[in-house]
Amino acid sequence: MTLEWRNASKAYGKKRAVNDFSLEVPKGELLVLVGPSGCGKTTSLRMINRLVDPSSGKILVDGRDVSEIPVTELRRHIGYVIQQVGLFPHMNVAENIGAVPRLLKWNKVKIQARVRELLDLVGLPADDYSEAWPAHLSGGEAQRVGVARALAADPPILLMDEPFGAVDPLTREVLQREFLRIRSTLKKTVVFVTHDLDEAIRLGDCIAVMNGGRLVAAAAPGELLLNANPFIRDFTGEDRALRRLARLSVGDTIGQTTPIAPGGYGDSGTPTGLIRTDATLKEALSLMLEAGESSLNAVSPSGRHMGKLTMENLLENAAGIGVS
Amino acid sequence: MRRWIGLFVYLVVLVAFFIPSILEPVLQFFFPGANEWIFPRESLIKLTTEHLLLSLLAGAVAAVIGMGLGIAATRRAGRPFLTLIRDVSSLAQTMPPAAVLALAIPFLGFGFKPVLLALVCYSTLPVLNNTLAAIENLPRPVLEAARGIGMSRLQVLLQIELPLALPVIGTGIRICVVINVGTATIGALAGAGGLGSVIVAGLTRNNPAWVFQGAIASASLALMLNSLLLAAEHGLQPAILRNHIDGNSALSA
Repeated sequence: MTLEWRNASKAYGKKRAVNDFSLEVPKGELLVLVGPSGCGKTTSLRMINRLVDPSSGKILVDGRDVSEIPVTELRRHIGYVIQQVGLFPHMNVAENIGAVPRLLKWNKVKIQARVRELLDLVGLPADDYSEAWPAHLSGGEAQRVGVARALAADPPILLMDEPFGAVDPLTREVLQREFLRIRSTLKKTVVFVTHDLDEAIRLGDCIAVMNGGRLVAAAAPGELLLNANPFIRDFTGEDRALRRLARLSVGDTIGQTTPIAPGGYGDSGTPTGLIRTDATLKEALSLMLEAGESSLNAVSPSGRHMGKLTMENLLENAAGIGVS
Repeated sequence: MRRWIGLFVYLVVLVAFFIPSILEPVLQFFFPGANEWIFPRESLIKLTTEHLLLSLLAGAVAAVIGMGLGIAATRRAGRPFLTLIRDVSSLAQTMPPAAVLALAIPFLGFGFKPVLLALVCYSTLPVLNNTLAAIENLPRPVLEAARGIGMSRLQVLLQIELPLALPVIGTGIRICVVINVGTATIGALAGAGGLGSVIVAGLTRNNPAWVFQGAIASASLALMLNSLLLAAEHGLQPAILRNHIDGNSALSA
């Protein structure tokens, strides 16, 4: 489903939390709303499922004004994940995940099957977890259940408000990776709020940067890092070139390099360092710096030699001359 | 198990008091100077039943009013009245039940009704306070999630707020009932019977044996109800908390 904010504003007293916000999310895309705290990103998100009603302007879901859809009806068809998870402490994991299907009056057998399917999807074995109580879960496990609960009735839209903000960095990376995997199997329109730019770049198809209630820029991650707007440059930080490199894989870049002669090992014939094609360019740069070399041989995960990656490739990509 | 032992002890004491052939020698031992030991006008078992009915009825009314007001004051439309409700209920508790009784008798006459009113006024506050505290302190993210997944306000109340608040509300109801059993002794002043009549008669006739049997009977009744309701409260705890207390985690199974 497509999603659109049309001149949406929200005022609390004199303060404008969101000011004339307009943006469209195409079907199946993942939009990340990012910005400093108090920039209005969460308020904008909550306008979609009407936890916040805009003071002016409107929100359209598939062209339909959300204020015309009965609020419980609307929310039952929009998955909602929050940072503190908010699992119901008096219900076990299976009952938590089955909450929306119960509201939609699915029959018990169907709910049970769906719960197992979802636990499987989020990587928690159903036999061990369906009877578990929320209080016994780790932060990462709880948020997996939170995501499963949001996905339970297979909603076309998913709203996520800093879902991985409360877990440790290691778990966060695992959850982000798993989320990308889940997303590739279920094509949903997702709005994702975070204040973590790296997370935004890793996950987003499109990143909307907000400040002071206004939209500063919305662009694909690669483009955003090239944006000349002073606020964006400040927000993306001096290491934005590294962030660009972190987004690109060696495999994508290798197409731009000249394939080496079969059996050859680089120009000089001396073996240089190796890098796997599924590594990022940022990792490649790090390896080059570590080895003091300006080129690496790229190998596929199966060990096949794929070509050579040079410092020039990295420079081009970091500056945005290559494909972003 | 310990709570059942307590319950059993209070029950035995109470039943022993109902049997004159057991009670009389005990009273004779403690109060050799009295000229009459067993309260002659009514059987203790009848007075206890009256007492119990009066306090339980008052408890039920107070529970309904306290919970109702507490729930109403925490709804969106009721928020503006929260302070007012709290103040009125505190005021009702600061009025001594005997004073309420004296004020109510001219309107309601003697007997059951003014006593019920006095007890309800006096015991609504603990239920109300606990209901407010329990609902106000529910974790925000849980309520946000409940609304966010599309529960109606009534569904949030019935499926999330009340089940989570019930243990604390249950404590309020238990306190309310125990207060009522103690306070219902003033029922004798308005001619509503109950164990108070033994105490009042003992005071006017200067017979400590009667005061003693009335006081012990109402005390064991209060303690017995307290243990019974404690057990019920334990049953109200969400299964998760019970698991914590019993120390067996669902995951380790």
